Amino acid sequence: MSRISKAFSHLHETGSKALIPYIMAGDPSLEATKKYISDLEAAGADIIELGVPFSDPLADGPTIQRASERALKHGTTLKKVLALVTEIRKTSEIPIILMTYYNLIFHYGVRTFVQDAVKAGVDGVIIPDLIPDEADELIVPARKYGLDTIFLLAPTSTKDRIAIATKAATGFIYYVSMTGITGSRLTTGKAMRDTLNSIRKDAGKPVAIGFGVSTPDEAAKVAVLADGVIVGSAIVKRIAEGKDIKKFVRSLKNAISKNRAVK
Amino acid sequence: MKKQFFNVPDSSGHFGQYGGRFVPETLMPALIELEEAYLNLKKDKTFLRKLKELQKDFIGRATPLYFAENLTQKIGGAKIYLKREDLCHTGAHKINNALAQALLAKKMGKTRVIAETGAGQHGVATATGAALAGLECDVYMGAEDVRRQSLNVFRMKLLGAKVIEVTLGSKTLKDAINEALRDWTTNVRNTHYVMGTAFGPHPYPMMVRNFQSVIGQEARRQILQKEKRLPDCLIACVGGGSNSIGLFHPFLKDNIKMIGVEAGGLGVKSGKHAARFAGGSLGVFQGCKSYLLQDDDGNVLGTHSVSAGLDYASVGPEHAYLRDMHKVEYTSVKDNEALKAFELLSRTEGIIPALESSHAIAQGIKTAKKLGNKSIIIINLSGRGDKDVQEVAKIKGISL
Repeated sequence: MSRISKAFSHLHETGSKALIPYIMAGDPSLEATKKYISDLEAAGADIIELGVPFSDPLADGPTIQRASERALKHGTTLKKVLALVTEIRKTSEIPIILMTYYNLIFHYGVRTFVQDAVKAGVDGVIIPDLIPDEADELIVPARKYGLDTIFLLAPTSTKDRIAIATKAATGFIYYVSMTGITGSRLTTGKAMRDTLNSIRKDAGKPVAIGFGVSTPDEAAKVAVLADGVIVGSAIVKRIAEGKDIKKFVRSLKNAISKNRAVK
Repeated sequence: MKKQFFNVPDSSGHFGQYGGRFVPETLMPALIELEEAYLNLKKDKTFLRKLKELQKDFIGRATPLYFAENLTQKIGGAKIYLKREDLCHTGAHKINNALAQALLAKKMGKTRVIAETGAGQHGVATATGAALAGLECDVYMGAEDVRRQSLNVFRMKLLGAKVIEVTLGSKTLKDAINEALRDWTTNVRNTHYVMGTAFGPHPYPMMVRNFQSVIGQEARRQILQKEKRLPDCLIACVGGGSNSIGLFHPFLKDNIKMIGVEAGGLGVKSGKHAARFAGGSLGVFQGCKSYLLQDDDGNVLGTHSVSAGLDYASVGPEHAYLRDMHKVEYTSVKDNEALKAFELLSRTEGIIPALESSHAIAQGIKTAKKLGNKSIIIINLSGRGDKDVQEVAKIKGISL
């Protein structure tokens, strides 16, 4: 069982939800990122989603775009991020997922990337511009070497698309809470609840909700609908402003821990 | 085995190893809906009749195939014909695609269209199509381009479109596409994205090619009428590659030399260019797999060309495919060569070409010299140069 699956299964047993904070590697520096990850873990994060900066992050809103620009300016590359994960693995077993765009991995060499990532201690990848239909080149080695491939679903997803993504996803399914980009405003409605229920029931895989969760209140609201909550822009923004993130992340964790309505 | 050059893409948008759909999942239903709607319209006689009527009465098609006798004599080689897309309404081939997509959007029940634009030609064409079809229209344009192309910005506004300045990234065309894709991801339910070139996720490369193929279909008919035979060579400039694929595609079954001309900028060695085939490698960018100018880590490089319409880091996937099949040859022409051709055509024929098209003219001159005077060349004059006059004056150090 992968570290990610173990984390979800452990949380499920205790009736809790996963808190999955996102930060951008290399913003403002890789040393800082290392420190932030240990802060996040200490503050109650269950899984870390680590962004790898790309020149054209078309699924991201302005907050993460700017973080991406800063990280690139400081020379952050996929190779260096893998080295950072190797370093972190010396002291931590927290599941780590890389989120980046497909060209970085494609250019690195997909099979080599999978091997190097697993060797470094990366547990999964989220690639917002890679749909399962185009992902064979990634999925085949990922299964072989043990890297979770997390695919996304959205409120616009039809039954066909849900079936395709749930089949290809391992670890969990990333449900985009709205049609939009990261950092947009959140809405939860009945349609979303119905879709989520059907995904969780049919797929039998954990679902985490991301995009648009920026306060403990919102985190609590979406936590009851899913197995995990992803918070990105709100944390990245605090980092950009030089604010402490520990207290904020702890408040997110507390907010979702109160909601134990697991179905 | 006979290669089926014309039988691409496959049902999921692949041209050999190129193309495909590399987009956020949120957009997949919209791309599938678009593909279905487009394939239905291809069989819809009422729609096709309407489109044909507007091509004739609104765009002004068929555009002439003009024998450039003065230029031919001056060069002293092959007979040079110009396909006069510069005479299209709004001044370039862009309207062929933008108008058709606006009608398609209307038919799909969308109330709003968005587009990206570099120099503003596709933005103006989309604003025009939207005005005609009665759709709301927002055009994304890099802040740098807004500054350089203030005239086209005002034209779009006159046509009722809103121009949204993109201030992130390099503030040019690729950033405008990123923003348009972000907008589409957010407003996908009521919005259609009018992509301006034969690029991006399936079905765009196929659909835009087909909407632009009217260029080659007419040219084929016209040359047979005038010369009683097919030409020896076709030449067109390649940015994303819509005017060139539009000219080439109806000739793919014929055994004709075809040359696609990329922007050589200050020279491929200088690093300041947009010659994706000479200077790039395989990559995935803005929705599809193709040749891409990228650094050692896979980040997308900045590009340079005197012509904004060719200034783009990747190239339409069908072009990459046709290059692999040795069906089309790709070369590049530098800024200064294009500027020379710009002036030469203006003086010899009384036609001021767009700087994009000037790249094709420059290559046409080179090729015509090599071929004997019994040969025939068709060059796609994809747009008129009015939009470039200020820029050229600036380069020549003339203040207007």
